[in-house]
Amino acid sequence: MELFKRTNIDFMYIRWPAIWLSSLINLIGIASFIFLGFNFGLDFTGGTVVEVGYAQPANLVQVRSALAEGGFKEAGVQHFGSTREVLIRLPPVAEGTGSTLGDRVIAALSTDPEVGEVKLRRVEFVGSQVGGELVEQGGLAILYTLIGILIYVAIRFEWRFAVGAVIATVHDVIVVLAVFSIFHIEFDLTALAAVLAIIGYSLNDTVVIYDRIRENFRRVRKGTVIDVVDLSINETLSRTIITHGVTMLAVLALYFLGGQVIHGFALAFLVGIVTGTYSSIYVASSSVVLLGISRADLLPTPKEGPGVDARP
Amino acid sequence: MNQYPLWKNLLILGIVLTGLVLALPNIFSQDPAIEVAAVRGGHVTEATAGEIRAALEAAQVPVKRIDTLAGGKLLLRFASSGDQLHAEEVIENTLSDRYRSALTLSADLPRWVRALGLRPMNLGLDLRGGIYVLIDVDMDAALDQALERHVEDIRTQLRDAKVRYVTVGREKGRVVVKFAEVASRDAGEKVIAKEFRDLKMQTLEQDGEFLVTVAQTPAQQKQIQDFALQQNITTLRNRVNALGVAEPIIARQGDRRIVVQLPGAQDPGRLKEILGATATLEYRLVDTEHSAADAEAGRAAVGSRLYKTRDGKPVLLKRRVIATGDQITDASSGFDSQSGTPMVSVSLDAPGGRRMREMTTENVGKPMAVVFIENRTTTKQVDGKPVKRTEKVEEVISVATIREPFGRRFQTTGLDSADEAHNLALLLRSGALAAPIQIVEERTVGPSLGQDNIDKGVRSVVVGFLLVCAFMGVYYRVFGMIANLVLLANVVLLVAILSAIQATLTLPGIAGILLTVGMAVDANVLIYERIREELRNGNSVQAAIYTGYDKAMATIIDSNVTTMIAAVVLFSFGTGPVKGFAITLFFGILTSMFTAVIGSRAIVNLMYGHRRLTSLPI
Repeated sequence: MELFKRTNIDFMYIRWPAIWLSSLINLIGIASFIFLGFNFGLDFTGGTVVEVGYAQPANLVQVRSALAEGGFKEAGVQHFGSTREVLIRLPPVAEGTGSTLGDRVIAALSTDPEVGEVKLRRVEFVGSQVGGELVEQGGLAILYTLIGILIYVAIRFEWRFAVGAVIATVHDVIVVLAVFSIFHIEFDLTALAAVLAIIGYSLNDTVVIYDRIRENFRRVRKGTVIDVVDLSINETLSRTIITHGVTMLAVLALYFLGGQVIHGFALAFLVGIVTGTYSSIYVASSSVVLLGISRADLLPTPKEGPGVDARP
Repeated sequence: MNQYPLWKNLLILGIVLTGLVLALPNIFSQDPAIEVAAVRGGHVTEATAGEIRAALEAAQVPVKRIDTLAGGKLLLRFASSGDQLHAEEVIENTLSDRYRSALTLSADLPRWVRALGLRPMNLGLDLRGGIYVLIDVDMDAALDQALERHVEDIRTQLRDAKVRYVTVGREKGRVVVKFAEVASRDAGEKVIAKEFRDLKMQTLEQDGEFLVTVAQTPAQQKQIQDFALQQNITTLRNRVNALGVAEPIIARQGDRRIVVQLPGAQDPGRLKEILGATATLEYRLVDTEHSAADAEAGRAAVGSRLYKTRDGKPVLLKRRVIATGDQITDASSGFDSQSGTPMVSVSLDAPGGRRMREMTTENVGKPMAVVFIENRTTTKQVDGKPVKRTEKVEEVISVATIREPFGRRFQTTGLDSADEAHNLALLLRSGALAAPIQIVEERTVGPSLGQDNIDKGVRSVVVGFLLVCAFMGVYYRVFGMIANLVLLANVVLLVAILSAIQATLTLPGIAGILLTVGMAVDANVLIYERIREELRNGNSVQAAIYTGYDKAMATIIDSNVTTMIAAVVLFSFGTGPVKGFAITLFFGILTSMFTAVIGSRAIVNLMYGHRRLTSLPI
């Protein structure tokens, strides 16, 4: 079976509208970071989360009142995954007392007979100091990854490619974060891990196209820069779509079957795959064109020494 | 023609077979289990197994099997975690006075697998349930305590040297000694300089007073902090061991944090009691004038108290305490330079040393005892409700004769073995925490959630994998099936590596396995698309295979290195579950490159490499 035989799409023809669109999406994303902020998970804000399980579907009103009686008036209560699981969130408290909260929540719930027998599924307590450190480390991790990639691509290709790759990657990170920000989806440590993995993944795609551009610049002697870039994207298009389609299948399985804990992770990846595919064509490749790449930049430097002279 | 030399094929076969063997332990079920050990002083005997079996039978808890482990432990296996928890309760309620039990998870491996030393992947706490605690050690307090000791020492030194001073105190992270006149300051400076050569000293004149300031150098501060952290880890380890957890992990994290991981543990409240428990030591004189037997019969002498040793022998000790555990600054085991017998050398702080000198001078030739005091909290079920009881446990851990007067530094000799010396030193050191601790992060995962996570993780991997395989088979036909075989080999090799290095598998780690499947697909797709392209360009079949693999290889390496960079950064920054993800991602990329580039090429070579073909089923 072959879905994409020889395509011949003028990808670069609409590069300007695409660039404007990308810029607009990114601006919206950044505006959302500033004005809407993030729904940071426990890992980053600090606080306490208690997940409990009931034998029967739990009545949240009763759980809330049991908690209020136990002195937890500002507890956030919600179903988690199914109606038998309940997630209770408590805001960060002064240092030193936080670690006992989880036990007290269980005590408050188990003394209330109306809701039924309660089973502890998980308690997570993160001190606000640790949370603050994680935010900082997370930001640094994204930065280090980008720098590492910039260096690698600059060594393997050329500086214009490195810049294009980083612009595309930053674009993807912003889009993924924007989805979390705009839809107010909880952003936790596993979601951050997904963002970092996406940096690698989206780049994977960009590098595949770059690789082809480099190869075609050396092989195809005719045509403009834009022709060569278009040809390269067309030649790799089938691979691009098949690969992402297949990875998407795997991540969809994770999203629907992996359970609540992995939801943020899977979602970040789903968004990342889509934006990564788009960005390797319209951000990474357009950037290289705009930065003024020319055939001469990519021709292998002639080797010096006897090897050249010895040729017949 | 596309042919691999025989050695290459054999090598690939060898790697895959090794992978299969290493990954093998993972297919056996992981039983919820309980580890039973005797409490201090007791033994697990053959009768124990029968006793436990009877108790469980009485409570109608089915037990799958009871294994005897090395080190005098029993392992009770259960069919479900419900049975396991029920059994734990039964043992807690009926046998906890003699045995302590710990929840664990144990793979039910056949004897021959175990004989090969093979082990399954280590499951993270999010998969097997357990408690993770991150503890922050108050380093400022540790430094303050060290300074406080210097204050005491300097005061003693000056007094002993008869140098008149106004005050000795702690101010802004240094010791400030005030003198009324220059002459006494200069004399004082000499005294202090003689004893504290490695401290940073400064002389000043301020508001008509003459000062000497003493501060720790950064190197010393580092040393004090390291010591405090190490000491706290030792102390916490002793306390956690008392808790009875199967495989506790207590490790240093960074400059001031300690990670405690208790797989299978379920009661964070109890852990916190144990971690916060106070244990201390006391040095007391043995009352030789009265008999311990009289005291046991209820006729205790005034000023004395009856204690027991670890083996239950009575010892009568004087009520007056000579020195306490928090006055011990260091204790280490070694061998006596004269007699060559095992000994423990102990250092006390200045006030402790002073008292020790006074008491030992008066009591040469008499025995002195070390008492270990611990507040143990036990939970017992009373009328179906857990009731917590804190009891103070006091035990005499060593009795030794005072041979000559001594002060701050002394040695306890006459110990039976090097082991005993080592244990005593550990106990002496572990009495109290070197610096206050605070729990800054805690994660408890219940066993039901852990099992849920495993089930969901495994299900999503299986479904995701099958979806991918189905697509590849339809889209690339025979080559798709080759890719599927290679994908399977990739997962096997990845699991083999993770088992061999005993990496911890977490839920994000399982997601990582699925992602590597995606990545491995990418490598295959790159190669196949390239081969199709070459075929379209009119190349011969063999040339197309050759160039397809050859050209795709550079692209595959380039594109995977970038993901590896991300994985390395993730590993160095992440904790717990995220680290698990980074590890699977990193090794997954390696195995996917190996299987897709070399493994699939070998199969393609074997199937098509030696034939003249006009088309390929791709």
